[in-house]
Amino acid sequence: MSANLKPDPTFYPSPRIAMEAPIENFAFTVMLSPDGSQSDGIAVVDLRTGSDTYGEIVHTVTTPYKGDEFHHFGWNACSSSLSPLSGHAFLERRYLIVPGIRSSRVYVIDVKEPLKAKIHKIIEPEEVFEKTGYSRPHTIHCGPEGIYVSTLGGGGADGTDGPPGIFIMDCQTFEIIGRYEMDRGKQDKHYDFWWNLPQDYMVSSEWGLPPQFENGVVPEDLLSNKYGHSIHFWDLRARKNVHTMDFGEQYQMALEIRPAHDPTRTYGFCGVVVDTTNLQGAIFTWWRDDDGNWQSKKVITIDPRPEDPENLPELLKGFSAVPPLVTDIDLSLDDKYLYVACWGLGEMHQYDVSDPFNPVLNGKVELGGIAKGARHPNGKPVVYGPQMVEISRDGKRVYWTNSLYSTWDDQFYPDEEGGQMVMARVGDDGSFALDPDFYIDFPKGLRAHQIRLEGGDCSTDSFCYPSV
Amino acid sequence: MFDASTVTTLWWAVVVAGVYHGVNPGMGWPLAVSAALMDRKRGAMTKAIAMLGLGHFLAMLAILLPFSMMVFLVQRETEIRMGAGIIVIGMGIYLLINRKHPRFLSRVHPARLAWWSFLAAMAHGAGLMLVPIYLELCRYVGPQTTVMGHGHAAAQALIDSSVMTAFTVALVHTVAMTVSGAVLAVAVHRWLGLKFISRSWFNLDIFWALSLVVVGAFGIYSAHAGH
Repeated sequence: MSANLKPDPTFYPSPRIAMEAPIENFAFTVMLSPDGSQSDGIAVVDLRTGSDTYGEIVHTVTTPYKGDEFHHFGWNACSSSLSPLSGHAFLERRYLIVPGIRSSRVYVIDVKEPLKAKIHKIIEPEEVFEKTGYSRPHTIHCGPEGIYVSTLGGGGADGTDGPPGIFIMDCQTFEIIGRYEMDRGKQDKHYDFWWNLPQDYMVSSEWGLPPQFENGVVPEDLLSNKYGHSIHFWDLRARKNVHTMDFGEQYQMALEIRPAHDPTRTYGFCGVVVDTTNLQGAIFTWWRDDDGNWQSKKVITIDPRPEDPENLPELLKGFSAVPPLVTDIDLSLDDKYLYVACWGLGEMHQYDVSDPFNPVLNGKVELGGIAKGARHPNGKPVVYGPQMVEISRDGKRVYWTNSLYSTWDDQFYPDEEGGQMVMARVGDDGSFALDPDFYIDFPKGLRAHQIRLEGGDCSTDSFCYPSV
Repeated sequence: MFDASTVTTLWWAVVVAGVYHGVNPGMGWPLAVSAALMDRKRGAMTKAIAMLGLGHFLAMLAILLPFSMMVFLVQRETEIRMGAGIIVIGMGIYLLINRKHPRFLSRVHPARLAWWSFLAAMAHGAGLMLVPIYLELCRYVGPQTTVMGHGHAAAQALIDSSVMTAFTVALVHTVAMTVSGAVLAVAVHRWLGLKFISRSWFNLDIFWALSLVVVGAFGIYSAHAGH
């Protein structure tokens, strides 16, 4: 437990102030061993301008266990601490909370000195099970009551004994406090969540239950629309589900929730992996209308690409097409550009969402892809497709990696193996293109997933004050 | 007995404590900035400041009034003042040892500022900080027990006076707190900008806890000296 004398300089009152802050010096990227033969870890990537080791992995933190399957992770503290309501303005942004999605073990990693980052604390799975009744921890956000952790599974061996949900950890001691929900309403599956702190609402989403993803996607479940297709609106501080919005059962796997960063705005986006009626990927905009009711509208559709079944993995042969598979989205801090990863097509789309109801495709990068395998501008191969995407605070650099989830990688890209991290640059005019010099090949046998940027990024910080 | 300069000093202490609480971001003035920026309506900031002040005022009364009820126990005056001093010191030591922030505060709806302000003041012992000053003031303000003698009417007069003093102390303190918080909120909103919030926010946790210990010690000392 440590406290600063003044708020951490990486706590920003508003999104605009965050955009004006010094640029990131390091990235932290998940390294995962798909078959559990090696320990998972966090790669520390050097992003210091002018450094001899710029764009290289300069340090790794590996775990003493195997089979954790790292996936998403987050900070112990962020700009959300700058509201007097939270009562913890003097935390340090110092620890990464890294859960094992397969083991349910949670690591707290001290990255105060990025080049000497080390494990600070390990919370064993039994403690998670015992104190929360949940399993398979996933998304991390720091907020009013401490650290919030979403889970994908309930109790029992296969995680189906009771619904999954969110639990809260103490932001100073990292003790697990207990479940978040007081009234979960219809929510019975879980994936992502985020919120608007001054407006006091939270939105959560649904992937599927552990038997539907741990051993790979279950085609029968997908074609019978049994994955999640609803998002849930919560009274954040009352911990109550106030509205469940069903997009329609064909919108399978409503995953990433990206609220507008400016807290005066009452809208956000949600990406849907696949529309089972036509294999399209979709983005919904959700918002609260003048009467206080939650609404949503499909604002982006991305078409599948016809393909000779001969070139397709077993799973897709019957469709003669490559679905876009919208698996991650991320919104720049000025709420202007939404980046949409089309993991199946092998494309990263950049939409101008200045008008959130009428997005405009502004740019596109092709890399990897099913039955395509577009190469990096440096001539080297990139396996799978664009997946976990993270935008720098100033919006000028967009980083991404390419693994979705171990068993799913193997189904959609059965002949590929590896992990890469790349970066695209965004010009002042909105131009969007890969940086030919930024290409990180991960150590053999390890894949790459979520990226966090030193000092905060576009899917970490929640702001208590508007940009003015 | 009556000492004008002592009374003036004590009232100044009430005002200074108010300014101290008011400029502390932890007592809420950044919320008034947030309200003004979020709402964009005229009066949003004024309303937020008023709500924060109301909550603080009620928290002061909630602590001072029970003490004002006890002053009729004239014979026990020294013990009461000693006891109050010990409670205040105890709160300071508690805050020094338990550095975790009360989590229930973060469950208050952001629009319920008066309620939040009340709870924040209670949780941090803001009212207790005034108790020794208040009890010392009660010795100088109102009917003098030595000349009035005892009896029911005298006790009633004493309570009326001490209740009145409690209200006045809470009011003067809250006005000082509100004005100083409002000055900062308006300045940040109009001129200084949001960066000032994170730049000017100092961690007063230890200083705050020590303030309680010092004020409590003053209470015990003055009770002893006044005996």
